[in-house]
Amino acid sequence: MGKIDKEKIKGLRIHVMPYSEVKDMGIAERVRKVLNLILGNKIVILHGRLRPEEEARLIEDTMAMVDHVKNFKGIELAVIEPDMRGESMFFKMKHNIAKSLVGDSSALTIIGPASIIKEIKKDPRKIELLLS
Amino acid sequence: MIKILRNFSKRIIFSIFRKRDNIKIGFYGPPNSGKTTLANSICKDWTGEELGAASEVPHETREVQFKEKVEIKHKGKILTFKIVDTPGIATKIDYEDFLRFGLKKNEAKKRAKEATQGIIESIKWLDDMDAVVIVLDSTENPYSQVNITIIGNLVARKIPVLIVANKIDLKKSNIKRLQAAFPEYEVVGISARDKSNMDEFYESLFKLAKKI
Repeated sequence: MGKIDKEKIKGLRIHVMPYSEVKDMGIAERVRKVLNLILGNKIVILHGRLRPEEEARLIEDTMAMVDHVKNFKGIELAVIEPDMRGESMFFKMKHNIAKSLVGDSSALTIIGPASIIKEIKKDPRKIELLLS
Repeated sequence: MIKILRNFSKRIIFSIFRKRDNIKIGFYGPPNSGKTTLANSICKDWTGEELGAASEVPHETREVQFKEKVEIKHKGKILTFKIVDTPGIATKIDYEDFLRFGLKKNEAKKRAKEATQGIIESIKWLDDMDAVVIVLDSTENPYSQVNITIIGNLVARKIPVLIVANKIDLKKSNIKRLQAAFPEYEVVGISARDKSNMDEFYESLFKLAKKI
Protein backbone atom coordinates (compact mmCIF):
# COMPACT_ATOMS: atom_id res chain seq x y z
CA MET A 1 0.00 0.00 0.00
CA GLY A 2 1.12 3.55 -0.58
CA LYS A 3 1.74 6.19 2.10
CA ILE A 4 -1.34 6.70 4.21
CA ASP A 5 -1.95 8.51 7.48
CA LYS A 6 -3.07 6.79 10.66
CA GLU A 7 -6.55 8.37 10.66
CA LYS A 8 -7.32 6.78 7.32
CA ILE A 9 -6.04 3.40 8.46
CA LYS A 10 -8.33 3.65 11.51
CA GLY A 11 -11.41 4.11 9.36
CA LEU A 12 -10.47 1.55 6.74
CA ARG A 13 -12.83 -1.40 6.57
CA ILE A 14 -12.09 -4.49 4.53
CA HIS A 15 -14.67 -7.16 3.83
CA VAL A 16 -13.17 -10.48 2.81
CA MET A 17 -15.75 -12.47 0.90
CA PRO A 18 -15.25 -16.20 0.35
CA TYR A 19 -16.34 -17.42 -3.06
CA SER A 20 -18.92 -19.69 -1.40
CA GLU A 21 -20.80 -16.56 -0.25
CA VAL A 22 -21.66 -15.54 -3.81
CA LYS A 23 -21.37 -18.87 -5.62
CA ASP A 24 -25.08 -19.59 -5.87
CA MET A 25 -26.21 -16.03 -6.55
CA GLY A 26 -27.51 -14.71 -9.84
CA ILE A 27 -25.73 -11.84 -11.60
CA ALA A 28 -28.00 -9.08 -10.27
CA GLU A 29 -27.86 -10.33 -6.68
CA ARG A 30 -24.08 -10.77 -6.77
CA VAL A 31 -23.50 -7.28 -8.12
CA ARG A 32 -25.99 -5.79 -5.65
CA LYS A 33 -24.23 -7.48 -2.73
CA VAL A 34 -20.85 -6.08 -3.78
CA LEU A 35 -22.24 -2.60 -4.40
CA ASN A 36 -24.02 -2.51 -1.04
CA LEU A 37 -20.71 -3.18 0.70
CA ILE A 38 -18.97 -0.52 -1.40
CA LEU A 39 -21.67 2.01 -0.54
CA GLY A 40 -20.94 1.20 3.10
CA ASN A 41 -17.39 2.44 2.41
CA LYS A 42 -15.83 -0.99 2.59
CA ILE A 43 -13.12 -2.45 0.42
CA VAL A 44 -14.24 -5.87 -0.77
CA ILE A 45 -11.75 -8.66 -1.30
CA LEU A 46 -13.50 -11.44 -3.15
CA HIS A 47 -11.92 -14.85 -3.17
CA GLY A 48 -12.47 -15.58 -6.86
CA ARG A 49 -13.53 -13.36 -9.70
CA LEU A 50 -16.69 -12.10 -11.32
CA ARG A 51 -17.54 -13.27 -14.82
CA PRO A 52 -16.93 -10.69 -17.59
CA GLU A 53 -20.66 -9.98 -17.94
CA GLU A 54 -20.87 -9.47 -14.16
CA GLU A 55 -17.97 -7.02 -14.27
CA ALA A 56 -19.75 -5.13 -17.08
CA ARG A 57 -22.97 -5.14 -15.06
CA LEU A 58 -21.04 -3.91 -12.01
CA ILE A 59 -19.74 -0.96 -14.05
CA GLU A 60 -23.24 -0.21 -15.42
CA ASP A 61 -24.84 -0.31 -11.96
CA THR A 62 -21.98 1.73 -10.52
CA MET A 63 -22.54 4.45 -13.12
CA ALA A 64 -26.27 4.48 -12.40
CA MET A 65 -25.43 4.97 -8.72
CA VAL A 66 -22.90 7.75 -9.37
CA ASP A 67 -25.86 9.58 -10.86
CA HIS A 68 -28.14 8.97 -7.90
CA VAL A 69 -26.06 8.62 -4.73
CA LYS A 70 -24.58 11.81 -3.35
CA ASN A 71 -20.77 11.87 -3.05
CA PHE A 72 -20.44 8.46 -4.70
CA LYS A 73 -17.81 8.72 -7.44
CA GLY A 74 -17.57 5.11 -8.52
CA ILE A 75 -15.29 2.20 -7.84
CA GLU A 76 -11.79 0.94 -8.32
CA LEU A 77 -11.56 -2.66 -9.42
CA ALA A 78 -8.71 -5.10 -9.98
CA VAL A 79 -8.36 -8.84 -10.36
CA ILE A 80 -5.19 -10.76 -9.79
CA GLU A 81 -4.94 -14.27 -11.15
CA PRO A 82 -2.26 -16.96 -11.00
CA ASP A 83 0.32 -16.43 -13.73
CA MET A 84 -0.26 -19.28 -16.18
CA ARG A 85 2.44 -18.24 -18.62
CA GLY A 86 5.00 -20.97 -18.91
CA GLU A 87 2.64 -23.62 -17.56
CA SER A 88 2.02 -26.72 -19.66
CA MET A 89 -1.15 -27.13 -21.76
CA PHE A 90 -2.18 -30.02 -19.49
CA PHE A 91 -1.88 -27.84 -16.38
CA LYS A 92 -3.88 -25.03 -18.01
CA MET A 93 -6.56 -27.51 -19.09
CA LYS A 94 -6.77 -28.95 -15.57
CA HIS A 95 -7.07 -25.43 -14.17
CA ASN A 96 -9.85 -24.54 -16.65
CA ILE A 97 -11.81 -27.70 -15.89
CA ALA A 98 -11.60 -27.01 -12.15
CA LYS A 99 -12.67 -23.41 -12.82
CA SER A 100 -15.75 -24.49 -14.75
CA LEU A 101 -16.70 -27.06 -12.09
CA VAL A 102 -16.23 -25.14 -8.85
CA GLY A 103 -15.96 -21.55 -10.10
CA ASP A 104 -12.87 -19.40 -10.37
CA SER A 105 -11.61 -19.31 -6.81
CA SER A 106 -7.92 -19.08 -7.69
CA ALA A 107 -8.22 -15.37 -8.46
CA LEU A 108 -8.54 -12.47 -6.04
CA THR A 109 -10.78 -9.50 -6.81
CA ILE A 110 -10.40 -6.17 -5.07
CA ILE A 111 -13.22 -3.68 -5.35
CA GLY A 112 -13.44 -0.48 -3.39
CA PRO A 113 -15.08 2.94 -3.44
CA ALA A 114 -13.17 5.48 -5.55
CA SER A 115 -13.46 7.90 -2.63
CA ILE A 116 -11.18 5.59 -0.59
CA ILE A 117 -9.02 3.96 -3.25
CA LYS A 118 -7.37 6.58 -5.40
CA GLU A 119 -5.79 4.11 -7.76
CA ILE A 120 -5.02 0.44 -8.13
CA LYS A 121 -1.67 -0.11 -9.80
CA LYS A 122 -1.55 -3.51 -11.32
CA ASP A 123 0.92 -5.61 -13.21
CA PRO A 124 0.56 -9.34 -13.87
CA ARG A 125 2.11 -10.33 -10.53
CA LYS A 126 1.09 -7.69 -7.99
CA ILE A 127 -1.54 -5.17 -7.02
CA GLU A 128 -0.75 -1.90 -5.29
CA LEU A 129 -3.52 0.13 -3.67
CA LEU A 130 -3.09 3.87 -3.41
CA LEU A 131 -5.52 5.30 -0.88
CA SER A 132 -7.05 8.78 -1.21
CA MET B 1 -25.38 -15.81 -19.27
CA ILE B 2 -28.78 -16.41 -20.96
CA LYS B 3 -28.54 -12.93 -22.50
CA ILE B 4 -25.11 -13.71 -23.93
CA LEU B 5 -26.31 -17.03 -25.40
CA ARG B 6 -29.39 -15.32 -26.87
CA ASN B 7 -27.24 -12.60 -28.44
CA PHE B 8 -24.76 -15.15 -29.72
CA SER B 9 -27.49 -17.13 -31.50
CA LYS B 10 -28.92 -13.84 -32.83
CA ARG B 11 -25.47 -13.00 -34.21
CA ILE B 12 -25.19 -16.41 -35.90
CA ILE B 13 -28.60 -16.02 -37.56
CA PHE B 14 -27.82 -12.44 -38.61
CA SER B 15 -24.43 -13.43 -39.99
CA ILE B 16 -26.11 -15.90 -42.34
CA PHE B 17 -28.60 -13.41 -43.77
CA ARG B 18 -26.69 -10.12 -43.36
CA LYS B 19 -25.31 -8.30 -46.35
CA ARG B 20 -21.54 -7.86 -46.01
CA ASP B 21 -21.84 -4.07 -46.20
CA ASN B 22 -24.01 -3.91 -43.10
CA ILE B 23 -21.30 -4.82 -40.64
CA LYS B 24 -20.86 -2.71 -37.51
CA ILE B 25 -17.38 -2.15 -36.17
CA GLY B 26 -17.26 -0.58 -32.73
CA PHE B 27 -14.45 1.55 -31.34
CA TYR B 28 -14.08 0.83 -27.65
CA GLY B 29 -11.61 1.70 -24.93
CA PRO B 30 -10.99 3.80 -21.86
CA PRO B 31 -11.50 7.59 -21.96
CA ASN B 32 -8.89 9.67 -23.78
CA SER B 33 -7.33 6.74 -25.61
CA GLY B 34 -8.05 8.34 -29.00
CA LYS B 35 -11.13 6.45 -30.24
CA THR B 36 -12.77 9.51 -31.77
CA THR B 37 -9.47 10.81 -33.19
CA LEU B 38 -9.01 7.46 -34.98
CA ALA B 39 -12.67 7.31 -36.09
CA ASN B 40 -12.37 10.90 -37.36
CA SER B 41 -9.20 10.08 -39.24
CA ILE B 42 -10.88 7.13 -41.02
CA CYS B 43 -14.09 9.07 -41.75
CA LYS B 44 -12.22 12.12 -43.01
CA ASP B 45 -10.04 10.00 -45.32
CA TRP B 46 -12.86 7.94 -46.79
CA THR B 47 -16.04 10.03 -46.52
CA GLY B 48 -14.63 13.55 -46.36
CA GLU B 49 -16.42 14.28 -43.07
CA GLU B 50 -15.39 13.87 -39.46
CA LEU B 51 -17.49 11.95 -36.97
CA GLY B 52 -17.32 13.99 -33.77
CA ALA B 53 -15.31 16.33 -31.61
CA ALA B 54 -12.14 15.08 -29.90
CA SER B 55 -10.49 16.87 -27.01
CA GLU B 56 -7.92 16.46 -24.25
CA VAL B 57 -10.71 16.71 -21.65
CA PRO B 58 -11.76 13.17 -20.73
CA HIS B 59 -15.25 11.98 -21.70
CA GLU B 60 -15.57 14.32 -24.70
CA THR B 61 -17.65 11.62 -26.40
CA ARG B 62 -20.65 11.03 -24.17
CA GLU B 63 -23.04 9.50 -26.69
CA VAL B 64 -22.55 6.69 -29.16
CA GLN B 65 -21.95 8.22 -32.60
CA PHE B 66 -22.04 6.57 -36.03
CA LYS B 67 -21.03 6.93 -39.58
CA GLU B 68 -22.91 4.67 -41.99
CA LYS B 69 -21.38 3.03 -45.04
CA VAL B 70 -17.76 3.96 -44.66
CA GLU B 71 -16.01 2.41 -47.66
CA ILE B 72 -12.31 1.71 -47.36
CA LYS B 73 -10.20 0.64 -50.30
CA HIS B 74 -6.89 -0.99 -49.51
CA LYS B 75 -4.62 -2.98 -51.83
CA GLY B 76 -7.45 -3.66 -54.27
CA LYS B 77 -9.90 -4.79 -51.57
CA ILE B 78 -13.00 -2.92 -50.43
CA LEU B 79 -14.50 -2.93 -46.95
CA THR B 80 -17.82 -1.20 -46.26
CA PHE B 81 -18.94 -0.87 -42.67
CA LYS B 82 -20.68 1.28 -40.11
CA ILE B 83 -18.31 2.95 -37.64
CA VAL B 84 -19.67 3.02 -34.11
CA ASP B 85 -17.63 5.34 -31.90
CA THR B 86 -18.43 4.80 -28.23
CA PRO B 87 -17.91 6.82 -25.05
CA GLY B 88 -14.85 5.72 -23.06
CA ILE B 89 -15.56 3.14 -20.38
CA ALA B 90 -14.46 3.93 -16.82
CA THR B 91 -15.33 2.70 -13.34
CA LYS B 92 -15.37 6.14 -11.74
CA ILE B 93 -16.47 9.64 -12.66
CA ASP B 94 -15.62 12.64 -10.52
CA TYR B 95 -16.81 16.03 -11.74
CA GLU B 96 -13.89 17.64 -9.89
CA ASP B 97 -11.49 16.03 -12.37
CA PHE B 98 -13.01 18.21 -15.10
CA LEU B 99 -12.45 21.41 -13.13
CA ARG B 100 -8.71 21.00 -13.73
CA PHE B 101 -9.38 21.47 -17.45
CA GLY B 102 -10.98 24.84 -16.81
CA LEU B 103 -14.63 23.77 -16.84
CA LYS B 104 -17.01 25.62 -14.53
CA LYS B 105 -18.60 23.63 -11.70
CA ASN B 106 -22.00 23.38 -13.40
CA GLU B 107 -20.49 22.36 -16.72
CA ALA B 108 -18.30 19.79 -14.96
CA LYS B 109 -21.29 18.30 -13.12
CA LYS B 110 -23.31 18.13 -16.34
CA ARG B 111 -20.40 16.47 -18.13
CA ALA B 112 -20.02 13.93 -15.32
CA LYS B 113 -23.73 13.07 -15.46
CA GLU B 114 -23.65 12.66 -19.23
CA ALA B 115 -20.44 10.60 -18.98
CA THR B 116 -22.09 8.07 -16.64
CA GLN B 117 -24.95 7.66 -19.10
CA GLY B 118 -22.46 7.32 -21.95
CA ILE B 119 -20.64 4.47 -20.20
CA ILE B 120 -23.91 2.60 -19.65
CA GLU B 121 -24.77 3.14 -23.32
CA SER B 122 -21.35 1.86 -24.46
CA ILE B 123 -21.76 -1.37 -22.50
CA LYS B 124 -25.30 -1.90 -23.81
CA TRP B 125 -24.03 -1.51 -27.39
CA LEU B 126 -21.50 -4.34 -26.99
CA ASP B 127 -24.16 -6.87 -27.95
CA ASP B 128 -24.79 -5.18 -31.30
CA MET B 129 -21.22 -5.15 -32.57
CA ASP B 130 -19.96 -7.46 -35.31
CA ALA B 131 -16.31 -6.68 -34.56
CA VAL B 132 -14.52 -4.32 -32.20
CA VAL B 133 -11.40 -2.21 -32.42
CA ILE B 134 -10.11 -1.61 -28.90
CA VAL B 135 -8.18 1.63 -28.82
CA LEU B 136 -5.66 1.84 -25.99
CA ASP B 137 -3.25 4.58 -25.05
CA SER B 138 0.17 2.95 -25.45
CA THR B 139 1.69 5.31 -22.88
CA GLU B 140 -0.60 3.97 -20.12
CA ASN B 141 -0.45 0.79 -18.04
CA PRO B 142 -2.40 -1.77 -20.12
CA TYR B 143 -3.32 -3.95 -17.13
CA SER B 144 -6.26 -1.73 -16.15
CA GLN B 145 -9.31 -3.80 -15.27
CA VAL B 146 -11.49 -1.79 -17.67
CA ASN B 147 -9.40 -3.08 -20.60
CA ILE B 148 -9.62 -6.63 -19.31
CA THR B 149 -13.37 -6.35 -18.70
CA ILE B 150 -14.03 -5.03 -22.22
CA ILE B 151 -11.96 -7.80 -23.83
CA GLY B 152 -13.49 -10.46 -21.56
CA ASN B 153 -16.98 -9.40 -22.59
CA LEU B 154 -16.10 -9.47 -26.28
CA VAL B 155 -14.58 -12.94 -25.95
CA ALA B 156 -17.70 -14.15 -24.10
CA ARG B 157 -19.83 -12.80 -26.96
CA LYS B 158 -17.52 -14.30 -29.61
CA ILE B 159 -16.94 -10.87 -31.16
CA PRO B 160 -13.62 -10.55 -33.07
CA VAL B 161 -11.17 -8.06 -31.56
CA LEU B 162 -8.33 -5.92 -32.88
CA ILE B 163 -6.22 -3.98 -30.39
CA VAL B 164 -4.83 -0.62 -31.45
CA ALA B 165 -1.91 0.79 -29.47
CA ASN B 166 -2.45 4.49 -30.07
CA LYS B 167 -0.17 7.48 -29.43
CA ILE B 168 3.02 5.79 -30.65
CA ASP B 169 4.31 9.28 -31.48
CA LEU B 170 4.73 9.97 -27.75
CA LYS B 171 8.01 9.23 -25.96
CA LYS B 172 6.38 7.18 -23.20
CA SER B 173 4.67 4.86 -25.70
CA ASN B 174 5.38 1.19 -25.04
CA ILE B 175 3.79 -1.22 -27.52
CA LYS B 176 5.77 -4.19 -26.23
CA ARG B 177 4.16 -3.85 -22.78
CA LEU B 178 0.75 -3.81 -24.45
CA GLN B 179 1.56 -6.85 -26.58
CA ALA B 180 2.78 -8.69 -23.48
CA ALA B 181 -0.48 -7.88 -21.69
CA PHE B 182 -2.65 -9.25 -24.51
CA PRO B 183 -0.56 -11.94 -26.23
CA GLU B 184 -3.59 -13.68 -27.78
CA TYR B 185 -4.52 -10.62 -29.87
CA GLU B 186 -3.11 -8.75 -32.79
CA VAL B 187 -1.83 -5.38 -31.61
CA VAL B 188 -1.18 -2.66 -34.16
CA GLY B 189 0.64 0.52 -33.17
CA ILE B 190 -0.49 3.81 -34.67
CA SER B 191 -0.72 7.49 -34.00
CA ALA B 192 -4.25 8.57 -34.86
CA ARG B 193 -3.24 12.19 -34.37
CA ASP B 194 -0.48 12.28 -36.96
CA LYS B 195 -1.89 9.35 -38.97
CA SER B 196 1.24 7.23 -38.76
CA ASN B 197 1.17 3.51 -39.53
CA MET B 198 -2.39 3.72 -40.89
CA ASP B 199 -1.54 1.30 -43.72
CA GLU B 200 -0.79 -1.44 -41.20
CA PHE B 201 -3.97 -0.53 -39.32
CA TYR B 202 -6.12 -0.89 -42.47
CA GLU B 203 -4.44 -4.22 -43.22
CA SER B 204 -5.41 -5.42 -39.72
CA LEU B 205 -8.93 -4.01 -40.09
CA PHE B 206 -9.49 -6.11 -43.24
CA LYS B 207 -8.21 -9.17 -41.36
CA LEU B 208 -10.61 -8.37 -38.51
CA ALA B 209 -13.57 -8.07 -40.92
CA LYS B 210 -12.72 -11.49 -42.34
CA LYS B 211 -13.24 -13.04 -38.89
CA ILE B 212 -16.90 -11.91 -38.73
